[in-house]
Amino acid sequence: MIRLEKRPTPSRTWVAVTPVLAVLLTMIAGGLMFWALGKNPFEAIRTIFWDPLFNEQFAAYSRPQLLVKAGPLILIAIGLSLGFRAGIWNIGAEGQYIMGAIAGAAVGLYFYPEPGWHIFPLMVAAGLVGGMLWGLIPGLLKVWFGTNEILVSLLLVYVAESLLAAMAIGKMKNPDGGGFPGSRNFAKYEASANPELIAGTGMHLGVVTAFIAVIAAYVLLQRHMLGYNIRLTGQAPRAARFSGVSPAALVLICMGASGALAGMAGLFEVTGPGGQISIDFASGYGFTAVIVALLGRLNPIGILLAGLLLALTYIGGELAQFMLSLPKASIQAFQGMLLFFLLALDLLSNYRIRLARREVAR
Amino acid sequence: MMRKTLLATAALGLGLAFGGTASAQALDKAKACFIYVGPKNDGGWSQYHHEAVEKMQAHYGDKVEVQYQESVPEGADAERVMSQMALSGCNIIFATSFGFMDATNNVAGKFPNVKFEHATGYKREHANVSTYNARFYEGRAVTATIGGLMTKSNKLGYIGSYPIPEVIMGINAVYLAAKKVNPEVELSVVWAFSWFDPAKEADAAKALIDQGVDVIFSHTDSTAPLIEAQKAGNVTGFGQAADMPEFGPYPRVSSIIDDWAPYYIERVGAVLEGKWEQSDRWDGIASGEVKIGEFSSAVPDDVKAKAQEVMDGIVAGTLHPFTGPLNKQDGTQFLKEGETISDADLAGMMFYVEGIKGDIPK
Amino acid sequence: MNLSAIDFWILTASLIVASTPILLAGLGELVVERAGVLNLGVEGMMITGAIAGFATAVHSGSPLIGFAGGAAAGAAMSLIFAVLTQYLLANQMATGLALTLFGLGFSALVGQGYVGAKPPMMGKLDLGPLSDIPGFGVAFFRHDLMVYLSFAAVVAIWYFLSRTRAGLVLRAVGENHDAAHALGYKVVRIRILAIMFGGAMAGLGGAYLSLIRVPLWTEGMTSGAGWIAVALVVFASWKPGRLLLGAWIFGGITVLQLNLQVAGVQIPTEYLSMSPYLITILVLVVMSAMGGRKAKGAPGALGRSFHATH
Repeated sequence: MIRLEKRPTPSRTWVAVTPVLAVLLTMIAGGLMFWALGKNPFEAIRTIFWDPLFNEQFAAYSRPQLLVKAGPLILIAIGLSLGFRAGIWNIGAEGQYIMGAIAGAAVGLYFYPEPGWHIFPLMVAAGLVGGMLWGLIPGLLKVWFGTNEILVSLLLVYVAESLLAAMAIGKMKNPDGGGFPGSRNFAKYEASANPELIAGTGMHLGVVTAFIAVIAAYVLLQRHMLGYNIRLTGQAPRAARFSGVSPAALVLICMGASGALAGMAGLFEVTGPGGQISIDFASGYGFTAVIVALLGRLNPIGILLAGLLLALTYIGGELAQFMLSLPKASIQAFQGMLLFFLLALDLLSNYRIRLARREVAR
Repeated sequence: MMRKTLLATAALGLGLAFGGTASAQALDKAKACFIYVGPKNDGGWSQYHHEAVEKMQAHYGDKVEVQYQESVPEGADAERVMSQMALSGCNIIFATSFGFMDATNNVAGKFPNVKFEHATGYKREHANVSTYNARFYEGRAVTATIGGLMTKSNKLGYIGSYPIPEVIMGINAVYLAAKKVNPEVELSVVWAFSWFDPAKEADAAKALIDQGVDVIFSHTDSTAPLIEAQKAGNVTGFGQAADMPEFGPYPRVSSIIDDWAPYYIERVGAVLEGKWEQSDRWDGIASGEVKIGEFSSAVPDDVKAKAQEVMDGIVAGTLHPFTGPLNKQDGTQFLKEGETISDADLAGMMFYVEGIKGDIPK
Repeated sequence: MNLSAIDFWILTASLIVASTPILLAGLGELVVERAGVLNLGVEGMMITGAIAGFATAVHSGSPLIGFAGGAAAGAAMSLIFAVLTQYLLANQMATGLALTLFGLGFSALVGQGYVGAKPPMMGKLDLGPLSDIPGFGVAFFRHDLMVYLSFAAVVAIWYFLSRTRAGLVLRAVGENHDAAHALGYKVVRIRILAIMFGGAMAGLGGAYLSLIRVPLWTEGMTSGAGWIAVALVVFASWKPGRLLLGAWIFGGITVLQLNLQVAGVQIPTEYLSMSPYLITILVLVVMSAMGGRKAKGAPGALGRSFHATH
């Protein structure tokens, strides 16, 4: 009889070993799938995991792209992890990401075509506030009425998606765009552009902000009272209340902060790599970030690594698609497998597996 | 074996012969790369690009290497995919959806030695970007002639994707051609706000049929509208983008087929010969980019003759689907007697012609 | 504008067909959530059911066998979720999202050979004179077997949850798994069964889409129907009867707006399409604001992992 015994604290060894093990298992399972599709499994695995980093032809371009892809994932996931630690489940980051982009875009379009250094900071502020307010809706409803924040934040994603489509084909449509859906291109309007800070590095302000968020979250959780309260609430809600933590304030802080970071991620994306408000602007970063936060075990460093790993599978997956003619579907299935293995093996860090005789009922 | 060597020698000889006269950039082998917005087997838009690519590949054999990537999201991902393609040594890259417009121009700026071809767009910001499109409205004039004569309820339906000039000129072309042969016709337009959503397309077709429409034109990509027509039993439809012969002889009585193969063969050939030049192409039935599928046995002979007449007129250049006198929906004059529309007006068409009811969504 | 062209009864009939996939998937998710599990992988299970149902129907020539295949595939898919969340204690939300990602990829991969294939058609059920009743008969008695089965499922699930002992146990597990465990109920086993039922129903919903509503196979054809089903369960406040109503509203809104367009009515499509979600949030707020332990809305243990410590 196999029995699970919860570890008092997660095992450090297993925390380090399980992701590697999961990647190896995915390589085996995925390799079998690629082989079944008539491709050379070794070549496919190498293209996904090795080529974006070390291939002479691509790496100089792909490595910075890892940051571009991982930036928003990390930024959103850091915000989410705060709430997740306190047992506050904001899974509507996708909606907050969209609203941040829309709010920031509205400011940018308002000023178009004026020049001015103040425009971009205002857009960032608007993105932050837009995402924060959208995140505060489920927060406030939870505080006032006890409404389940998981469901409300999720429902607000659909609302935001509809609003995005309405903006792209309506109010924000580019008047010079020949009637096609989509706003003006912010990356091409100097005052609103979020370009690479140093050409060829992939580092735009969103990526920088993501790194700052990682450090800030690390400091917050290790050194700051708020971080302590967050952790305490997650581990022992009753104890937290006795020690004077206000659950309502905590809900609002966590929902607001995660919404704000997601909103900023949306703004940096729409002014940089994305370029414009369009119907497919939301490419699922908000949902993927939920996975990134949990794969990173809600630890800022873990999130950084998880974000980069996921970005690697995206970029490597793209390479594998056109270099080896692998169908896109197989890359999606491959990523799904990776997530399954990572989630499944997580057990090993939190629980000890004991082989024991079946206990007689007491 | 013998023949192969002979051919190779011949090719070598030709290469040498041209080497002196043609541009120094002539290539022995070219790599042509394609990005599709949907899966390569979507049954519509992307599939017909892919089939043309295969024809082009077969035409050139070993001389051309083809790489492609399907389901590429518009925006940042498209830009990365095209950059990676350029890095991998593609000589010419075809971006086969309107939404790739900004990405194509951005990447083209970074890789001046790679040729870029953007379908259905209008931006050519660098000397190495060309655009190409097809005059689908010519095909619609032919199918609408059939529809206008075959309707019993005099109610025609049009399933539009997005209110953009491409679609609006299709709607106008259908109405004008049908009205010409049957002054009693009315046209109802339904907007799906999607290029590809089979369930919604089916619902849209059903809504049209439920309200008495008995001829359906669609500007979306799936076969769902034809399936609904088939279920209804007495509703006429047409293949869109593809021939869709499996629905013949009824409800599919004819079709408009996209055939990009002639263009791809020509442009890749130009790269091989080192004679590629920037261009803006908009070809129709005459040059074979738009083909009309066989009129099925369900079409009466006199109707076939009438449709053939329209088609012959377009090919000969004696008939233009948009010929004056023509008024806009609000009654203002647009084209004088005998005047034909300019390509610029056509490409920016954002109004209905007189007689169509309803408004274009804003 | 010509509203008289819209026949109310025909519109109702279209609306019922359009809402059947989300009704089936929503009923499954309702049972899962009542057992205290939040499975966000409905979209992934639905699309798997769509291709599996389509493929089995094409090969067997029988739509009914197709539906069985769709249900089986949905259940098999949900088993991944069950093992990960119930035995390996993985986070339910992350696992559900991963399931959706995997399902979309997997179905597209398996379905490559079926694009353009034609499934066997399922005829309408012959209800004799009933379907000749003017109006009402047109709306309700001219459908295929699956529509009636979905209605029956609403009643059966209502009966199961509120009138049977097993249903009571399932709800107890969903409200407070520690208490249920202390009373000697097999929390994990009950949840796995519920998850598999949810998977099977999602699979049926997907198969309805690919076999009857559209009917064809293309990758990604569910285009968000699974997510609508998740929202629908909340709208219904976890009650089967309200779920039926909700399915008609959520499924009907598209049909309605398309019909209004045909009739020449200008409507802001995107704003209309967000309205069911806003209504759902409102319902949720009202339910939670009404206070009282019973009206709290969501099942008490929704989304939380269970690990027996003793």
